[in-house]
Parts: sequence; structure tokens; C-alpha cells
Amino acid sequence: MSNLMPRNDLLLLLGFAIVVLAMPIWLAPFGAGYPDLLQRFMIFGIFAVGFNILFGLTGYLSFGHAAFFGVGSYAAVWSFKLLTLDAIPAIIFAVAISGLFALVIGFLCLRRSGIYFSILTLAFAQMSYNLAYSVLTPITNGETGLQLTLSDPRIVDVALGKTLVGQPVPNILGQPLSGYAGFYFCAGFLILAFFLAQRVAGSPFGMMLKAIKSNQTRMQFTGFNTRPYALSAFVISGMYAGLAGALLAVTDPLAGAERMQWTASGEVVLMTILGGVGTLVGPVIGAWIIKYFENILSALNDNILARFWSFLPEGMDSVLVKITSKFVGDGWHLTLGLAFVIVVIFLPGGIMEGVRRIAAAFRRSDNSAKPSARTQPAE
Amino acid sequence: MEKSNVVLHVADVHKRFGGLHALADIDLAVEEGKTHAIIGPNGAGKSTLLNVIIGKLAPTSGQVVFDGQILTGRKPFQINQLGIARVFQTPEIFADLSVLHNVMIPALAKRDGMFKLNMLRTLDSETGIRAEAEHMLEDVGMINRRDMMAGSLSRGDKRRMELAMCLIQHPRLLLLDEPTAGMSRHDTNTTIELLKKIKSRGMTKVIIEHDMHVVFSLADKISVLAQGRIIADGSPDEVRGNPKVQEAYLGGAH
Repeated sequence: MSNLMPRNDLLLLLGFAIVVLAMPIWLAPFGAGYPDLLQRFMIFGIFAVGFNILFGLTGYLSFGHAAFFGVGSYAAVWSFKLLTLDAIPAIIFAVAISGLFALVIGFLCLRRSGIYFSILTLAFAQMSYNLAYSVLTPITNGETGLQLTLSDPRIVDVALGKTLVGQPVPNILGQPLSGYAGFYFCAGFLILAFFLAQRVAGSPFGMMLKAIKSNQTRMQFTGFNTRPYALSAFVISGMYAGLAGALLAVTDPLAGAERMQWTASGEVVLMTILGGVGTLVGPVIGAWIIKYFENILSALNDNILARFWSFLPEGMDSVLVKITSKFVGDGWHLTLGLAFVIVVIFLPGGIMEGVRRIAAAFRRSDNSAKPSARTQPAE
Repeated sequence: MEKSNVVLHVADVHKRFGGLHALADIDLAVEEGKTHAIIGPNGAGKSTLLNVIIGKLAPTSGQVVFDGQILTGRKPFQINQLGIARVFQTPEIFADLSVLHNVMIPALAKRDGMFKLNMLRTLDSETGIRAEAEHMLEDVGMINRRDMMAGSLSRGDKRRMELAMCLIQHPRLLLLDEPTAGMSRHDTNTTIELLKKIKSRGMTKVIIEHDMHVVFSLADKISVLAQGRIIADGSPDEVRGNPKVQEAYLGGAH
């Protein structure tokens, strides 16, 4: 095993797997222990882990990764429609298509770096979004979104003589992927995605990506052609996004163009920065926190707030309900924005930096406690 | 001059920046295994010449030939892969990586070429490259700093590490842009010793330097650049006695 990965990485992977698989248990007290939300935790965790390979390791900030996420979703739904309702071929197909798409877009965008690269990715993603709504309607089904119907051809399923009972639902070897089955299916992929990201980060290739982020000039004069390295990172993160998009289609087989919008691209940037750019665990935690609060805060309404503030005297509670109502429901983005500003100003390294600081503070207080313990007997 | 063992030939190079004639009619032959210094007052075009050689700047006319291959028009990474390494005036290092990794990266460039999708191995399994890098760090006296972040090194150490990053590639030609600028006398002397050590290994070097102490302790041959032209060329003794050189250096003082 030591040949495969260093011991610390293995422990991290093990800990990560336990935390993920036990989520239905430890998230239940927080009101998040239900499959639908847990599936989204897994899916956006994968999206963020992949995004971090490009942004965190290589230093290229893409504002268009939702395009690959959307392409993954469409590809998966098409696989369900045309081939089979089995999830595995859909995922393979989606990852391949989004990787190909990322290769083309990455090739064009990586002719520039820095802000120009970011703007180019944003432009391509918006183009994809608008095309999905207009010219590509035969493929994307426009505003209605691409969905499964009883009359889909499903060549492979038909050839194998599988007959449909009720609505078409994606499955794995006949087992429908709804509820907790869907969660554990996605959790398996998140753990796999995390493992692969660890391998990439710990390989010589990963070190080259970090070196590109650190000093491109030195890389060039050291004899490396930096463009294929950056392109590989771009394609890998595009494939991660495609995998996440495919899993979303597996758990909810309806692909809409809004998944490709720039706000969705911005969201994965926020997840990564909130959690900690360049760390392995950070982006996943960022994704979980954003999806958790999105879920909690957007579900709140004036009635719930009124009940929450009801302990306050008459008049005061209605004022507070008025103020706080701006931050919940549809206004939850306001809360997200504020949280983001606070993190960037006070914790530029994200939540992971906060964790490191707290750990360091504990170690310091440990050290200062020991000498005092020694002096006490002398008194 | 025996043309046979010339490894780097700068032939009839001109470089204009708008109206400024930064390099005019430069003809330079660097012999294999020798240390060739390029000196000259500020603004003489020394760095421009180095940038033309390394492929950072394209000459307006003329060409640079290294070991029978034309360098002009090639990208910096291609020029490096031909066996040319460069130390910069302000060290270009990977500030966010450890000293050991900084030195391992160029060793991997030498072994794996300009691109390799090397994802299946772990960094820890690269024991050969690691040992090579550690050996190199011992050579430059920095082994005790191997786990430090390169960005937190002192200026002198950054330069020494950058030199180690170049030397680990065993380049046929090493270009040094003021390798001792900003160093203390002590660090300067250790760097001179280090460079003398490489000299005995037969590596060709081109040095740009202000410090005459450094130049005269290392150079086999000196070219003097003034206002974009080579005004003198020869052994250290010949150059020292050349009236044109004295005029160029002292002329500004009038």
C-alpha cells in the first residue's frame, strides 16, 4: 500500500470515507440527514474537488465550469434515453463527452492566462448556456429541459428484453437509484474522486501543476512546456464536472440549461474559496456548507421567522422579522455573499485556514501550559 | 580563434526597440568548456543580449547558433531541452514549494522531457531524483534547508538554490545574469568557489557581471559591451589593458 500512497494520505482518505459514509447519521440532528440533500452534498463535493485541481493546484481560475457540469447532465440523460437506464454507461459517456468538450474549450482558453483566461472561460460557458436555450434545442429540449419518457428508444434495454414497469428511472443492475441507494452510489464516486485527486496532487505531475501556479517563467526556462500541463488539468477538472453533472442526472433525470449558467460556475468558485483553495478537503467542505445553508435558509419564510423571534416584545419582533426576511428564502444569496466577504477578508485561506489556526492555537496553549505545570511544584 | 570548438555562436545580431538600437552587429563566439564574461556599463545591452540568446527576445536580425542548431525562433523550454540553463538577475524560483522540490523539478524536466503525464507514480517513489537533488543541495551547501519553503530563504540562498536548479540538469551551457548581485562579500566568495568547481567539470558558461572581482577570478575570455556594440574581446589581461575599455568605463565620469 505504501507504494500506492503515503501513509498520511491513506489515513486522510480513510477518515474522509468514514465521515462521508456516516453522513446520514451525523447530519440527522442538523436536519440534513435525508437522501435528496445528501446526494447534492456528494455531487457538488465532486464538482469542487475537480475544480480545485485546476484552480487550487494550477492557479487557473475558470468561470465556466458549469458548462462541463451541464454537458455531463445532458450526456447522461441522452444515454438513458438512447441506450439504457443503467447508470454506469451514462456516467462513462458523460465523463467522456465533457472531457472532450473541456479539451476544445481548454485549448482555446489556455492561449491566455490570468484574468483573460477567466473571461474567456466565462464567455464560452455563457455561449454554451445560450446555445442550449436556442440553436441546440433539438439536443437540450430548450426551456422545458431534457427528460425521460416512456417512448424513448433505449436500444440496449430493448435488445436485452428489459421491459419497463412504471416511469423510467435510472438504475444500477436493475436496482433503482433513489433515496439512500442514490446517496451511497454518489458517495462511492465522491470517495473515488477524492482518492484520484489525492493521487494527482501527490504525483510528479501534480508537483508540476503547483510549480506552474508558483512560477510559469521558471517552468519555461526549466524545460517544461506548460501549456499541455495546464490543458491536462483543465480536462481533468472538466471530467470531474461532467461526472458531477451525470450523477445529478442519475438522481434526478431532468437536465436543464440553468445548470450551465454563470451563477452555477460562480458557485463552485465560492465553494472552493470558502473551503480553502489548494487543499484537498477544503473545497468539499465548502460545497457542503453552501449546499446546507442554501437548503436551510432558502426554506425559511416569514412565518417561521415570526415564530423564531416571537420571544421578543411586540413590535420589536416584527422589525426583526422584516430585517431577517431579506436574508432568507430567495434572499439567501445575500447571506452567502456576506459570509463570502467575511471569509475572504478575515480568512483568505478559507475554512481550512481557520482549522489550521485553531489547531495552532491549541498547540500553543499546550506548550504554555506545560512550563507552568513544571513551575508549580517548585512553589 | 579556432572555430572548431565554438559551442555558442551569436552571429550578426541586431535588436531594435523602436528607435533604440539596443544591440548592433553583435558577433560572439563562446568556446566549449570556457567561461565567457560579458561586461559593460549600465544600459550597454548585456541583459538584452542574454535574453536574445535564451529565446526570451527575438532579435531584429541575425541568429544564435548553439552546437549547430539555430536557437532563434525556438521557445525557452525548447532551448532548455537542448542543454542551456539560466540563472536570472532576480532569482526565478518556485517560492511556494520546498527547497527540495525546487531542485527535483528541473531534474524531472531533464529526465522526462518537456511534457509527461506522470500521474501514476507518487512523488515519494521518485527516490532516484530525490537522491540526485539531495546530492546537489549538499554540493551547494544547502542540504540543511531542504524542507524550507523556497520563498522564505535569504537572497543569497535563493540564488544558490537557483544555481543548484540549473546545475542539476547538467547543462552544456550555463547562462548567469549577475550571479552575485546583492550578495555579501562572503556569499560572493562562496559563489565564486562554487562556479570554479563547475568549471573543472567542463561546463561552458556565459556570465554577465558588474563585479570586476568576480569577472577576473572566473573568466577565460571577456567581451566588453558598450552602447549595444562589442568594443573589445579577449583574455582578461588583454581587456584590462585595452584603452577603449578604460574609456568606456571611465568615460561616463567626465
